[in-house]
Amino acid sequence: MTATPTAAAPFTTVIGLEVHVQLQTRTKLFCGCSTTFGAPPNTHVCPTCLGLPGSLPVMNRTAFELAVRAALALDCKIAPFTKWDRKNYFYPDLPKGYQISQFDLPFSSEGALEVVDPKGALSRNVRITRVHLEEDAGKSMHDEAAGTGDTRIDLNRAGTPLCEIVTEPDLRSPQEARAWLNELKLLLVYLGVSDCNMQEGSLRVDANVNLHIPCDGGRIAKTPIVEIKNMNSFRSVERALVYEVARQYEEWLATKAEMGKTPKQTRGWDDPAGVTRAQRHKEESSDYRYFPEPDLVPVTVSNEWLAATREAMGDPPSVLRQKLAATWKIPAYDADVLVNQGRELVAYFEDLAERVGEGKVASNWMQQDVLRTLNERGGSIDAFPVRPATVADIIGRVAKGDFDTSRAREIFAEVLASGRTVDAVVASMGIAAVDDDELITLCRELLAENPRVVADVKGGKEQAAAGLIGQAKKKNPNVNPGKVRAMCLDLIRQM
Amino acid sequence: MQPSDMSAVDLVTAVRQGDLTALRATEAFLERIERLDGQINAFLAVDREGALRTAAAIDAKRKAGKALGPLAGLPVAVKDALCTSDLPTTCASKMLAGFRPPYDAEVVARLRAADAVIVGKTNMDEFAMGGSNENSAFGPVHNPWDLTRAPGGSSGGSAACVAADMAPVAIGSDTGGSIRQPAGLCGITGLKPTYGRVSRRGLVAFASSLDQIGPMARSAADCALLLETIAGHDPGDSTSLDLPVPAYGTDLERPLEGVRIGRVPAHFGAGLDPEVAHAVEEAFAAFRAAGATIIDIDMPHADAGVATYYLVAPCEASSNLARYDGAHYGHRAEPGKGHRAEPGKGHRAEPGSAPASGGGFESALVEMYCRSRAEGFGPEVKRRIMLGTYALSAGYYDAYYAKALKVRRLIRQDYLDAFEKVDLIGGPVSATAAFKLGEKSGDPLAMYLVDLYTVCTNLAGVGGISFPCGFTKGGLPIGFQLQAPALAEPLLLRATDRYQHLTDWHRRRPAIAARPR
Repeated sequence: MTATPTAAAPFTTVIGLEVHVQLQTRTKLFCGCSTTFGAPPNTHVCPTCLGLPGSLPVMNRTAFELAVRAALALDCKIAPFTKWDRKNYFYPDLPKGYQISQFDLPFSSEGALEVVDPKGALSRNVRITRVHLEEDAGKSMHDEAAGTGDTRIDLNRAGTPLCEIVTEPDLRSPQEARAWLNELKLLLVYLGVSDCNMQEGSLRVDANVNLHIPCDGGRIAKTPIVEIKNMNSFRSVERALVYEVARQYEEWLATKAEMGKTPKQTRGWDDPAGVTRAQRHKEESSDYRYFPEPDLVPVTVSNEWLAATREAMGDPPSVLRQKLAATWKIPAYDADVLVNQGRELVAYFEDLAERVGEGKVASNWMQQDVLRTLNERGGSIDAFPVRPATVADIIGRVAKGDFDTSRAREIFAEVLASGRTVDAVVASMGIAAVDDDELITLCRELLAENPRVVADVKGGKEQAAAGLIGQAKKKNPNVNPGKVRAMCLDLIRQM
Repeated sequence: MQPSDMSAVDLVTAVRQGDLTALRATEAFLERIERLDGQINAFLAVDREGALRTAAAIDAKRKAGKALGPLAGLPVAVKDALCTSDLPTTCASKMLAGFRPPYDAEVVARLRAADAVIVGKTNMDEFAMGGSNENSAFGPVHNPWDLTRAPGGSSGGSAACVAADMAPVAIGSDTGGSIRQPAGLCGITGLKPTYGRVSRRGLVAFASSLDQIGPMARSAADCALLLETIAGHDPGDSTSLDLPVPAYGTDLERPLEGVRIGRVPAHFGAGLDPEVAHAVEEAFAAFRAAGATIIDIDMPHADAGVATYYLVAPCEASSNLARYDGAHYGHRAEPGKGHRAEPGKGHRAEPGSAPASGGGFESALVEMYCRSRAEGFGPEVKRRIMLGTYALSAGYYDAYYAKALKVRRLIRQDYLDAFEKVDLIGGPVSATAAFKLGEKSGDPLAMYLVDLYTVCTNLAGVGGISFPCGFTKGGLPIGFQLQAPALAEPLLLRATDRYQHLTDWHRRRPAIAARPR
């Protein structure tokens, strides 16, 4: 990875991310309203999330626990004492005129999440500055229909728990940023912290990026930091950063403008056009007049509670990859593919591997058959109609020599398509085990029809026997190729 | 005896025993409101129909042999800072004129559950900001003892309606003295409980870390009755204390032998009216006669109380009142020419992003905010919002807000130290008896000093009670204040009750309250 300037990229790219994640709670952070997405506007509201006079917040303990779970998985320090602060600003989707957030005493800080890629292309420890909890605002929808210009406010989202995760500027390329986000998402989904659905706004990313450009005399010029917003997929994040890196380099070549000399800029990503556009200058000191939220009491975290939370949260993906590779003796690449599909698929795999007794065989079936067809069909692994016991049954019959692997895959596909049992499919496909007498007869016919092959094998070219397999299959599609080969070689030796 | 002459304790006893119907009791007070409130202006809303309906329902309940709540048939007036789902809740502000909350404050819900009869909503200083009730958008309250004088504030309506027998008891709220000071100036008894003792849910917030709801009545015994219903844990208020509620009325008669009352010599310095000083010293003498010991103590940081209060309270208020922006409810300025939003010029503000300025949508929006707030808020509310906004701003926070929090801790420590030596702290409630309407309204600083003796109680989060201890030669009531450690409400009420058994100041009624012949 390009950590230092190279001929191809005569600068170092410096990226930091700010990620907002909606926590997967049933109810909002400070009231009992539902967090379900997609309800008619302003139906999941109450005096508290509407900010009505006299209403008060009460902290949702589950939200706090989920946030702590995320912070623990990000290797953060958990503060024994944390408090809430008010961030004051006026906007119509912020009905109280302030957002309840955390300012100087976030519940966690100083963590790290590594970008893992077993192919070895990427590997970097990205430091986490802080993780804090806050309430979401509502949604403002600016109606751009001709003539009206009305703004509509939906407060269903107001008060939804949000975890804000801020990284140090440790990422060094757009690709790495995307890979890191994938890992973060995987982690948060694994822990049940968030569904990380970007389309529904459960995960939002802002990226800060600038370039460090070596100049004459060893001085490093730093381009002005740009904050990119409005990216609604990880692919957009990567594309926006690629665009922005190139744009900044060109601008630097043209203007030599450096950080500090111009104010920090916010640029919005225009996905269809594939460009970032300047939004407005971010004021250097937006004054939010933070002060401690007097309507909430500080939260103290005991070691016992923390230990119990850690206990309950299960293995993060990075640990699970190692465990899977070690337990089932599968390559790191396999473990990575399986773990990246989510906790449910790992459970399916482990069930299958347990029944088959051989991790690598189970892993191959997962990747070549289960995953491929699952991706084609869509849906979750838990709803996948062919269960591990069935797959194990098919694999078991291959081991017994009932049929070969390619036949087995046809059977798997047919079981999946028809919903019938393995026995039924085997019968309908006319697959019957070929007994030894049948096999000897078939092989003798083959040898009689192929004197050339017999001669070649006798002359020491055993691989010539491979040519017989195809012909054997034509005579009887149920024959086991390995057995045909062994039998033919035996017969030739006896000639 | 007329129901309006009866104590709250006697009223509920009479209703329970069937000697008096809830309807008769309610009618008696409604009749007085009709007759007197034109001159006093204590009520912003009177719920004649609702009150009579509730009273009739309580009588029917009794007739049917069903159990009655502890306040059955007791008319209660509620400060207009508490949300009521069946009556407007305005906080005496144009901003909330006609606003009808969709829910009842916890205290209101408890009153209803106890079978109390809510007769109306009382006038107050706008958003509870003030000490004279002159800051009401709906006109000042007149002190029943002298209609040309202020009743004190901000719970002036609640104090005046009890003083004029328009309600036997009332609910007030106290952020820096707003129950105790008007109680003192109107010659009634008012208790500010320990912070967290009574739920604040549904109390329109002024300064969240200081606000506390409390009872106002003609005696300590009546306050005890009301407090027992409204106190207690509310899971909907994170700052409410999850501790059992004592039976406040049961321990009132225990003598005061062995009780140590602190007297702060600095309270008697310049500025304290000599008539007030005399009455307060007499009250100390009465307590001594009742068996208490009087001990001089020092409260070294009390001097900084008003300055500290006028930073902490406005800072919190500036944020608490940000929600009144005209966007969702309350007063909204009519759009003027050129204030329509331009389509497509806005942006979505996500958490973490600065609200932008510029652009058609934003400028129209900011215009709407500014004009709605300029029109909706009165001058004192604006003054405090500006004070608080300024003190919380970057560059000033440490010098003002953060420093005020430090001093607040010192004041709290003063109380902890004092309560090592004494059980209660006594003294004046206000430096003078009721002042003339208009006398201080042009001078905010003079007005802020009326809180001199009361703000420290709120800063420390402890409890305080105020009750009459004499009259000026001109016939105006003089108040005495007792403060106690956190959760020592039983002692506050007991000491006051004992005093009220030795004296009759609390029984005196203003001339206006006398029944017509």
